[in-house]
Amino acid sequence: MNWLTNFVRPKIQQLVRPREVPENLWDKCPACEHMIFHRELEKNLRVCPHCGHHMRLGLKARLELLFDGGAYKRIELPKVAEDPLKFKDLKTYQSRLKEARSKTGETDGIIVASGQINGQDVVVAAFDFSFMGGSMGMAVGEGLVAAAELSVVQDSPLLVIPASGGARMQEGILSLMQMARSTVAVERVKEHGLPYIVLLTDPTTGGVTASFAMLGDIQIAEPGALIGFAGARVIENTIREKLPEGFQSAEYLRDHGMVDMVVRRHDLKETLGRLLGLLRNRGPVGEVVTLPRRGAEADSAGRSKGAEILPPPAPDA
Amino acid sequence: MNFLDFEKPIAELEGKIADLRHMSDGDGINIAEEVSRLQQKVERRIRETYAKLTPWQKTQVARHPDRPHCLDYIKALITEFMPLAGDRSFGEDSAVIGGIGRFKGRSVMVIGLEKGHDTESRVKHNFGMARPEGYRKARRLMEMADRFGLPILTLVDTAGAYPGVGAEERGQAEAIARSIEACLRVKVPLISVVIGEGGSGGAIALAAGNVIVMLEHSIYSVISPEGCASILWRSGDQAQSAAEALRLTAQDLKRLNVIDEIVPEPLGGAHRSRDAAMQAVGEAIERHLSQMVKEKPDVLRTRRREKFLAMGRNGLE
Repeated sequence: MNWLTNFVRPKIQQLVRPREVPENLWDKCPACEHMIFHRELEKNLRVCPHCGHHMRLGLKARLELLFDGGAYKRIELPKVAEDPLKFKDLKTYQSRLKEARSKTGETDGIIVASGQINGQDVVVAAFDFSFMGGSMGMAVGEGLVAAAELSVVQDSPLLVIPASGGARMQEGILSLMQMARSTVAVERVKEHGLPYIVLLTDPTTGGVTASFAMLGDIQIAEPGALIGFAGARVIENTIREKLPEGFQSAEYLRDHGMVDMVVRRHDLKETLGRLLGLLRNRGPVGEVVTLPRRGAEADSAGRSKGAEILPPPAPDA
Repeated sequence: MNFLDFEKPIAELEGKIADLRHMSDGDGINIAEEVSRLQQKVERRIRETYAKLTPWQKTQVARHPDRPHCLDYIKALITEFMPLAGDRSFGEDSAVIGGIGRFKGRSVMVIGLEKGHDTESRVKHNFGMARPEGYRKARRLMEMADRFGLPILTLVDTAGAYPGVGAEERGQAEAIARSIEACLRVKVPLISVVIGEGGSGGAIALAAGNVIVMLEHSIYSVISPEGCASILWRSGDQAQSAAEALRLTAQDLKRLNVIDEIVPEPLGGAHRSRDAAMQAVGEAIERHLSQMVKEKPDVLRTRRREKFLAMGRNGLE
């Protein structure tokens, strides 16, 4: 044992101990393969400065990016029954949960926060992809239900940010039921006349896409994000042919009418702010600009005096 | 008759009986006694086998080609059936059967997933795997039923929603999400029966009902045992273990309070006595429906939603 404890163990510890100098000073963009200085990449919101490729952004960085001054209040989520099926594959679900918890410091894969975006109250439910692939089980479902309830109680819009591989298989049928539960949750928000906005991030697939994540009043996606129902491998095995270029990307979904807009990370806050303003603060606000009257003299500011209804255009001769 | 692997001893005995009968046709030897002795033996064997089916064996029974399918139930239980077609935006999907008819004299909307019973019909119905237009048709019919106050009966039997390029292109995820939403939005009674295989999102799209009934040997799961095994065990051969771990049998789901009732199947499964199985389903539907039609529309919807919200919160362990 001596040799093991005195020699091997310190050697191993030395190998795994965090180094003083961070190892990953440089990141490589998976799209253009440029090397990017790590700190520069973080500062640029993990968007490649060379080609604009959007890499996955951590949950907390994302919340800080969206909320005014990076400030938000986290909502404590109700406890749920853990490991209802006593699930075991090659590992037990319990041990997978434990691993994910020590890795992320979170209890499960969703954070519910309330704060302001461009001065407007909003409730945000955001998925943590680093927690078991953002998979949706009881806890995530409960988080969505709580977020929706809070949005109704506070009379604020709901923004959900999925990043998920789909249902959490280890919770079996109960994970499937989250598709119905989350749908009930967002339905309530809608029935209260509150905007429900979905920001699809990389990746959003499976049962998450096929429920609340496709039911937003407004659907926004980040550039290049993978969004789909079935996995690419499953489809390839079914149809036995190669998939088209850009298949299931955010842009592909926009081109096929499934999302309203693809928005660069740097423009997200501004876009969300404006949308929330337009839907919530219906005005009239600010300076009202009236259309110039046809043929009438416009004033010096280029505005016509008083609101006029334009005559219909003359029919073609 | 198609026999499953684990039914081999049963098949052998039945083969013997057939041989004896054939022999007696020829030379007039009285073998009645021997036949009835063997028949008793077969019956005992079937009873023993079916009393302790493993989850994997149940999966095979649930997928049995001779099991009554959606159209068989419609023929057996619905009179004056008028099939309705199309999603009004892209096409008709024969994987989803829908139409108006009478159930025990009452007008109802029937929507179900049909797998087909021979090569030709399987291809026609795409093996029961619906595409977006199928789910959009389902949604359209649910909304129509809501308008006319027709109770909705859904019959679930699918390996899952179709994974294909076209299906993704046309928004499989959105179509499923809207179908779930429609289930949870209507103010008429919605009874779902899992008659064979309840495959994931493709199943819950039609099964977010007031009452969910399952046949004794049907299954309902977030993912197929094969799919689960290939992801978590990294080997498709572990489907048996996955079937155990997923808790996909009707009995497990009843224990988890995800379903409301199990309809017992005739001896040796629904495929051995199809009519008896379908009548039993009819009786269960009638029992629930006659109660539900007395309820106010708002109450029906609220209860349905509350039921899903409560799911998993109570009744575990």
